[in-house]
Amino acid sequence: MIIKILGSSCRKCLSLGANAKAAVEAAGKQADIVKVTDIAQIAAYGLLSTPGLVIDERLVSSGKVLSAGEIAKLL
Amino acid sequence: MTPFGWMNDQLLRMDWLSALVTRGVLAAGLDPDSRLGGSIQFFVFDVIKIFILLTVLIFAISWVQSFFPPERTRRILGGRSGLGANTLAALLGTITPFCSCSSIPIFIGFTAAGLPLAITFSFLISSPLVDLASVILLASIFSWPIALAYVVVGLVVAILGGTLIGRAGMEDQVADFVRTAPVQDGDTDMTRAERFTFARDQVSEIVRRVWPFVLIGVGIGAAIHNWVPADIITALLGQDHWWSVPLATLVGIPMYADIFGTLPIAEALLGKSVGLGTVLAFMMAVTALSLPSIIMLRRVVKTPLLMLFLAVVTGGILGIGFLFNEISDWFI
Repeated sequence: MIIKILGSSCRKCLSLGANAKAAVEAAGKQADIVKVTDIAQIAAYGLLSTPGLVIDERLVSSGKVLSAGEIAKLL
Repeated sequence: MTPFGWMNDQLLRMDWLSALVTRGVLAAGLDPDSRLGGSIQFFVFDVIKIFILLTVLIFAISWVQSFFPPERTRRILGGRSGLGANTLAALLGTITPFCSCSSIPIFIGFTAAGLPLAITFSFLISSPLVDLASVILLASIFSWPIALAYVVVGLVVAILGGTLIGRAGMEDQVADFVRTAPVQDGDTDMTRAERFTFARDQVSEIVRRVWPFVLIGVGIGAAIHNWVPADIITALLGQDHWWSVPLATLVGIPMYADIFGTLPIAEALLGKSVGLGTVLAFMMAVTALSLPSIIMLRRVVKTPLLMLFLAVVTGGILGIGFLFNEISDWFI
């Protein structure tokens, strides 16, 4: 599974990344967490506010810092 | 005293807190009218007041904002054009939540959905310049007439700026990937519990982001207030010099700070009889333009459009500065 965190290195993006990591570990799954900071690549997902969360190329949330629990449900 | 006057003085201007801090300064054996005591009074009072207002205001305003996510704004603005649409975009800019790190995705999302540049730029100019929290803070630190005047001129800059950029026919001056970006229109409705979480998270996020700016701003304000001689400030930024407004604008543009950090500096400058227009120009330059935001914008628009954007906003700020220096007698 590939999880992408979309957004420049703002505080929200960093905490979303940390929550995603915690969710993956708690679920005991294997996943690569990739940070996408290039604006052209971010734009390709069509979101209006960062941070964005992409799981296996599907945009599942934007503009929100989901908690580890919320991310676990999406995995 | 009228009930409104009491609420304004005690709840908004927090006269009770000022009195309390003054007593604290006295209790510490300092004279609040002396230089050191005065600086400490200004610093402690302003820091506490700004953080109380920030917390309460951001919570209340985020609640309102949760009804207007960018996706909804884009739907409302879609298919419109003309001055009315620019006005609507500027107004929505004041209530749509976003931090400066989100302005570029919004620019891309609006443009990809086919919104004209005129509308998108009206929105992008008004969004950092005029927001609800800054209006109430302005009313608290200065007065309601100044706060309302700030809102009106901020909206005018956004509306006219967007219109001018639209007239320039630069729709092709946008990076190619912007046009081809997909448009997603997710379901963005929130439950009450989600609004509460959103508002609470906004408070903690914004307070954590702006507290250094507030401390620095209040520190500079306290220094100007009590240590920098008035004649030096007047010689540089006095009302009778033609260069005061351009100087304040040029100094403010590259600075990256929130309006919350800028206000105490503005407050102290106004206390040193710097013109109201000069102070407003400084505040608008700091909040509307900054080096980081210009660099980010450079990634998505081509140079001529970027230059036009900078010229329009700078010109608008200069105009407001000169205008308010002329008519400041109406407000102070």
